[in-house]
Amino acid sequence: MSPRLRWRKFVSGFMLTMTGVCALVAVSVLFFILGYLVYHGGRSINWDFFTKLPKPVGETGGGMANAIVGSAKLLLLASLLGAPIGFLGAIYLAEFSGSKVAFVVRYAADLLNGVPSIVIGIFAFSLAVLPFKHFSTLAGGFALGLMMIPITLRSTEEFLLAVPRALREAAMALGASKWKTIATVIVPAAYRGILTAVLLAFARVAGETAPLLFTALGNRFWSPGWNQPTASLPEMIFRYAVAPYEDWNRQAWAAGLVLLGLILVINIIARAILARGIAVPRA
Amino acid sequence: MAATTTVPSAGPISGSRSFLSRLRDGDEIARLITFLFAVSVVLVTILLVFELWQGSALPRHKFGLYFLVTRVWDPIAEQFGALPFIYGTLITATVSLVIAVPLGIGAAIFLAELAPARLSDALEFFIDLLAAVPSVIYGLLGVFILVPLMRDYVQPGLKSALGFLPLFTGPAYGIGFLTAGIVLAIMVIPYIISVSREVLMSVPRDQREAALGLGSTRWESTWKVVVPFARTGIMGSIFLALARALGETMAVTMVIGNTPTISASLLSPGYSIAAVIANEFTEATGDVHLQALIELGLVLFLLTFLLNGVARLLIVLTSQRGSGTAHA
Amino acid sequence: MKRIAGNFLAVLTLALTVVAFVHAALSITGAGATFPYPIYSKWFDEYKKQNPAVEINYQSIGSGGGIRQVTEGTVDFGASDGPMSDEQLKAFQDKHGFGVLHFPTVLGADVPTYNIPGVTSALNFTPEALAGIFLGKITKWNDPAITSVNKGVNLPGNDIVVVHRSEGSGTTYIWTDYLSKVSEEWKSKVGKGASVNWPVGLGGKGNEGVTGQIKNAPNSIGYVELIYAVSNNIAYGNVKNSSGAFVKADLASVSAAAAAAAKTMPDDFRVSITNPPGKTAYPIASFTWLLIPEKFSDSAKRDAIKGFVGWMLKDGQNYVEQLSYAKLPKEVVAKEEKALAKVQ
Repeated sequence: MSPRLRWRKFVSGFMLTMTGVCALVAVSVLFFILGYLVYHGGRSINWDFFTKLPKPVGETGGGMANAIVGSAKLLLLASLLGAPIGFLGAIYLAEFSGSKVAFVVRYAADLLNGVPSIVIGIFAFSLAVLPFKHFSTLAGGFALGLMMIPITLRSTEEFLLAVPRALREAAMALGASKWKTIATVIVPAAYRGILTAVLLAFARVAGETAPLLFTALGNRFWSPGWNQPTASLPEMIFRYAVAPYEDWNRQAWAAGLVLLGLILVINIIARAILARGIAVPRA
Repeated sequence: MAATTTVPSAGPISGSRSFLSRLRDGDEIARLITFLFAVSVVLVTILLVFELWQGSALPRHKFGLYFLVTRVWDPIAEQFGALPFIYGTLITATVSLVIAVPLGIGAAIFLAELAPARLSDALEFFIDLLAAVPSVIYGLLGVFILVPLMRDYVQPGLKSALGFLPLFTGPAYGIGFLTAGIVLAIMVIPYIISVSREVLMSVPRDQREAALGLGSTRWESTWKVVVPFARTGIMGSIFLALARALGETMAVTMVIGNTPTISASLLSPGYSIAAVIANEFTEATGDVHLQALIELGLVLFLLTFLLNGVARLLIVLTSQRGSGTAHA
Repeated sequence: MKRIAGNFLAVLTLALTVVAFVHAALSITGAGATFPYPIYSKWFDEYKKQNPAVEINYQSIGSGGGIRQVTEGTVDFGASDGPMSDEQLKAFQDKHGFGVLHFPTVLGADVPTYNIPGVTSALNFTPEALAGIFLGKITKWNDPAITSVNKGVNLPGNDIVVVHRSEGSGTTYIWTDYLSKVSEEWKSKVGKGASVNWPVGLGGKGNEGVTGQIKNAPNSIGYVELIYAVSNNIAYGNVKNSSGAFVKADLASVSAAAAAAAKTMPDDFRVSITNPPGKTAYPIASFTWLLIPEKFSDSAKRDAIKGFVGWMLKDGQNYVEQLSYAKLPKEVVAKEEKALAKVQ
């Protein structure tokens, strides 16, 4: 074996090991965080947590039932706003648009993505709260939905573009119109990526507090319907975590764990529902 | 196969037909609908900028462009300057990307190329969960775990080993630019890993095989063929990460020290735009103060605009024929 | 499988919407100060137990937020740790055509906390020392300004690390209000407010951020709310009041601080009680106020709020001490009950 080849092989082994190290570092940090949450939060989770309303300061116990329901409602609204816009917009960028329009839309999406969540909250406040003179779940869902759009859009676009050209050409050769190609070939081929994109955006907004401060505000009690202020898990976590009461601090960790658990469950369900045998072989 | 099917026309070829007859085409409707959705994103962004512009009228008239270069932030005397916050935002975002990008891409390569499928999927599942951790919890973990670690081990270590560099001077408080950068790195790594892994996995097998067939080592085929093929997707994930790093509020404010300082040292406490807006917005009583905070939001927007522009320029300039369309 | 999921989603949405019509209680929203949040949440909870038809939802978004939102009309009432300024009152009047009233609810205090290696006793602080430290002029713990009033305590010659609140807060307002009164230099150089341009120091987020910084940084000093220091067993110092006595903050000394103001309370209840007269008075204390509009278009809401304030002034005061807030002086309560009639 020539020395040059030996060197290249060494570099190959070394670099690939390094990637393993990177993955190890990333995963260790992850498991540390999850472990910490489970340890601190697990101690405070009981049936009450899921079914009772919060208790005021000084009284131990109580739960976050209204926050759990509130978060569910907010996330539902956010997905209804963010996922379709991101998904359909991405289809336009990947399939129909010319490069100039695509450039502008991508740029705008990246800009929107970089806006601090509190500024989105302020924006949503002036559009969805001020004109109606009250805080509401709808306004909160609107703010979160805005935040979902750019992540969904950019990620979905990348995955749509990654579908091999061969598939598109095959479909066209068989006489399918463009939209039919998209609907029956491209989107299914990229489904796993699209799902990743939506779930990533969903996970991101599920943990956001700042946009909700001025839109959904918060609520000690149940929030009926869609037009009242509502409690949500991130807001409760924020409030309880920075409070001087140990009981509240523990509840904050528990809420963090519950939130994560919720995302996990939704992840699993979504992947299970949409799983089907796909023709694109894993490279 | 005697029957012929009329192939519906699509794209530029149909340009000469009347709008109404084109509309009956499924394609044109699809194009129109998706166009509207795509354009709505641009409209929302423009509306946002407009609101920010309107909402910051007072300080804009009072300070003009000096706002960008003044260091003083005094709500009582109503003197506001954005420089320390711009500096802090840029520094923490840079530190976070310097840490997260190599780690993230490395991990993505490992997961996409080397790890067995089941392990890769399982790990990916959990890494995606990291993106769902509320930023306030990152902040708490930062305060309870990272800050003492930095203060007692890492920062003194950096000072004794690299203290001759202006980057690592000053007292070791535990909080500061470096700590905030590290927390941000942890927060943005899931985006890089998740998206990069997906695009790497969708690179066609024949690309790898062709490289290997020509005698390259595993690493060479990965680094010189597969990764460039997935370049734009990876860049996209870095954009996502950058955006998150620039706009992150809660976690940063808990570990950065919240002092409007400009210092070359990474160990120094500082402040970022998002952090100061979050800290002072709810209590701001004076109109000028409130609008100055909104103007900071506008400045951040401008910053993001410029950074994205620079990054895109870099992509275009270093563009190869890797994945067919090196779109910006 | 997909159809099931779709149906489930539809049913869920329907169910959540239907709940809107089933809910019968009157819902009132208020927002503002974070400092009294613990007692307010206790009060609104207790009030609901006694009056199930009234649900008062209070959210602590900050005093500035409270003032802003009540002026905008997005909440039914506000709450603030610092009284509204004349401009803010005028802005409210201009916007609504009627005014907004202040109703003090409880008393609270700021205390100086510190972490000096080897020092376990409560330190004495003079106003000059506190102002000097926070101005950055007194930089070492063994400065004569500190050692002269702490004979017998071995203070090291280390640099003082100052910690303050990073976000705008009522706590900062009280602290800087006090410093402005006792130090001309502070008044002209920095001033008083919820957010100020601190000459020196690190910013900690919230009471716990400040406490965390102090715990982790030797030779540091900061300020936190009394109730926070008490519930977390934090050592804090005594402050010299205007009569020359070094007073430790507790319920008695905070109440004493309000006693002098109680007799000369203005009709609109906007008063500052930092550095008050009185031998046993603690110098860094403050009222916190509810901001209630003078007129309500919804009579049910108006009656509910008036009912609550009346309850708060009598029964409500019995709950405050267990949470380390001080009760309102009797004269103030009597005056408020009369003022309640102004709300129409």
